Amino acid sequence: MLAPISPVQRIIDRCTQLFEDLDLQAVKDWKAAKPGRKAIGYMPVYVPRELIHAAGMLPVGILGGGDALEVIQGDAYYQSYICRIPRSTIELGLTGRLDCLDGMLFPSICDVIRNLSGMWQILFKDKYVRYIDVPQNYIDSIGGNFYIQEMEVLREDLGKLRGSPITDAELNASIAIYNDNRAAIDELYKYRAAKPWQAPTSEVYLLLRAGMVLPPEDHTTLVREYLKATDEVQRPKRDNARVVINGSFCEQPPLALIKSIEMSGCYVVDDDFMLVTRWLLDEVPANGNPLEELSQAFLHRSATTAAKYDTTREEKGMFLLKQVKTRGAEGVIFAAPSFCDPALLERPMLQDVMKQHEVPYTAFKYAENTGQMAPIREQAGTFADSIKLWSVK
Amino acid sequence: MSQVIAMPESKKKAPVAIKDDAMNFQKELINANYMDLATAHQQGRKVAATFVPGNLNELLMCFNLARSLPETNALQNGMRKKSGKFIMDAERDGHSEDVCTYVKADLGSMMGGEIGPTGDPLPRPDVLLLSYTGCFTFMKWFELIRHKYGCETLMLHVPYQGEGRIQPNMREYVVKQLKETVIPALERISGVKFDIDRLRQYMRESVKAEDDLVKVLQSAKNRPSPIDGYFGAVYYIGPIFTAFRGTPEATTYYRMLREEIEERVRLGKGPVTPEGDMGEEKYRLVVEGPPNWTSFRDFWKMFYDEGAVVVSSTYAKVGGLYDFGFRHDADHPLESLADYCLGCYTNLNLPSRIDMICKYIDEYQADGLLINSIKSCNSFSAGQLLILREVEKRTGKPAAFIETDLVDPRYFSGANVKNRLESYFQMVKQKRTSLVGAH
Repeated sequence: MLAPISPVQRIIDRCTQLFEDLDLQAVKDWKAAKPGRKAIGYMPVYVPRELIHAAGMLPVGILGGGDALEVIQGDAYYQSYICRIPRSTIELGLTGRLDCLDGMLFPSICDVIRNLSGMWQILFKDKYVRYIDVPQNYIDSIGGNFYIQEMEVLREDLGKLRGSPITDAELNASIAIYNDNRAAIDELYKYRAAKPWQAPTSEVYLLLRAGMVLPPEDHTTLVREYLKATDEVQRPKRDNARVVINGSFCEQPPLALIKSIEMSGCYVVDDDFMLVTRWLLDEVPANGNPLEELSQAFLHRSATTAAKYDTTREEKGMFLLKQVKTRGAEGVIFAAPSFCDPALLERPMLQDVMKQHEVPYTAFKYAENTGQMAPIREQAGTFADSIKLWSVK
Repeated sequence: MSQVIAMPESKKKAPVAIKDDAMNFQKELINANYMDLATAHQQGRKVAATFVPGNLNELLMCFNLARSLPETNALQNGMRKKSGKFIMDAERDGHSEDVCTYVKADLGSMMGGEIGPTGDPLPRPDVLLLSYTGCFTFMKWFELIRHKYGCETLMLHVPYQGEGRIQPNMREYVVKQLKETVIPALERISGVKFDIDRLRQYMRESVKAEDDLVKVLQSAKNRPSPIDGYFGAVYYIGPIFTAFRGTPEATTYYRMLREEIEERVRLGKGPVTPEGDMGEEKYRLVVEGPPNWTSFRDFWKMFYDEGAVVVSSTYAKVGGLYDFGFRHDADHPLESLADYCLGCYTNLNLPSRIDMICKYIDEYQADGLLINSIKSCNSFSAGQLLILREVEKRTGKPAAFIETDLVDPRYFSGANVKNRLESYFQMVKQKRTSLVGAH
């Protein structure tokens, strides 16, 4: 007789199924449940998903094809020295896997994703396509106004797409729903930092990925169910090194890579996977002018990544350092995709800041389809050993 | 720890290039700017560094700032065969082999003692004006310099033309940044109060040079083309894209250049190459993408030896789309600076870039498109294979693709490039013959 599946395993199995489903069946099912429903895809790092949700549409995070997708057509669109996420995303589009999306948003993260927005305009003429510019000037009356105007355009476009304007009340309701979702993810991240053996990152990662295709309400419930379920099953605690992963904010590492890092003796206590879920750092007021509130949250209370300008030298690396300190990390693993300009250009500065603060680090590159994990396991293992054996406490 | 390895000077004698008067004057201007930079601090002047796309030269001149352009420093070092070492020094200092070689050449050069391409000292900038036009790497580049050397950065965020046009809110955003953050900071750093009439005066001067530059670039519509719109144009755009736009020197240079070119048209002459007048014009091409600088002359020679002339190039528009009508407007100075930044080539979306190339092929009666895809430059390179397909589809003209790099000599494979070019020229010829046959 088969052993019953534990609640944790059931949740993770569901997340795995969503993660592996490159045909976006969950999105198709959501659309089919009510005629007229629409879904809008978005790429990393951040888009104000509240606007999509407020239009009654499903925001769908597109993070490339991972290691399970054979890229054939996509390679014909990119030179060998360009990262893999745009080619696998094109592959997903050209093979019809993204047909269920009614539009795609391309945030300002790097020149490759920026140019991909134009490619999408050419290749998928019947879809709504928009490049989402976010301000690099953080003054409310300057960058804030610009950002509000950009969001207004998106709001109007999505309103036209559904056939009626999006109201402030709808936006505020969506802000509240995403506040709750961020709160749940915050609980998850705090829980993992406190008990990383109870919430392995391979599971946390899958939970976050589920949030890329599920409605936020369902995702919030799922995250809280996981937290409850995993806390009820005690798992063995190991003497692992506590690390933060940095640089994986766009093209995703294969799941096997995350597992390899954990198997090599590391507890990942913070990361920059799917930052869209944690970009806004606190609760956005849900009873004010919604776009103004979203703008202020973006300008003054948002996460930091390589795609975002640091106004002063002193700010550089402080977000990462805070992750290290508040999560009780003992080191940083810089894991960036090959040919990722933002992450790889940022890395020497972050490494320098870590060095100044005596935070050990190691670095490697990956691609979403990296298959050989032994070198990564060895490197991460050596790093974990060096922390455990040699770091001065 | 930073490690800089000394390299012996090359014993190879530099080849002598044939230059016309305007070219010699251009060289004098560029060298004079390096001298100006070298002596700026002694003269109590502050130094600004900024980028070619979105270069606000007229504005910087209002504050008596000496102007350094790191991209041109890197390319000058590339042409002088110095960049390879700088790049490797930067890589030894922890910079990834995957990222932009302009950045690494610049950082490597600074590590090596802050000497400019001409051998004069290149002072550490007092301000890095990050006019963030059409390239994300710019942002990281100046953050890296700031991180290492403590220079102040000033951000001017220029939104991307994602929808293929400049929206009023984009212009308003850039103008507001100029008024409320950039200009006050430049006043503070330079100690010079901003005078908008001085800016207007520089802009009036800019327009004269811009008019002449357009006449020069459009002279390539003649048969034979009196200029090479890529290899020659990189010299022509030098002063206007860098520290001279808005100066009387630039006006003189562009007038002199235009007159020389008009004379060549009158005489029915082709372009001047480093080996003298080009022979018979056999192929007329449009080129997309920046050139390779480390083997610039060898690269050019592969074209003129085959009778191929580039009649228009997108690279000659990275510092402004003057041939599509943009002019600095002294009556609306800040709005005009905003439009300038917003309109640079790499700030256009892909459909607009394709439209522009198709237009060039049509108006300049080109035989086809050649894409020189640059490893370092995702701003240009990402999407170029789609550009190639679309242009072929829309124009019916053959297109070809080669890969090189800006200033990393490790990524220039001369034999490979030459083979591809020769095959391409054959393809153009064949296509032309088949078209003649069809008629």
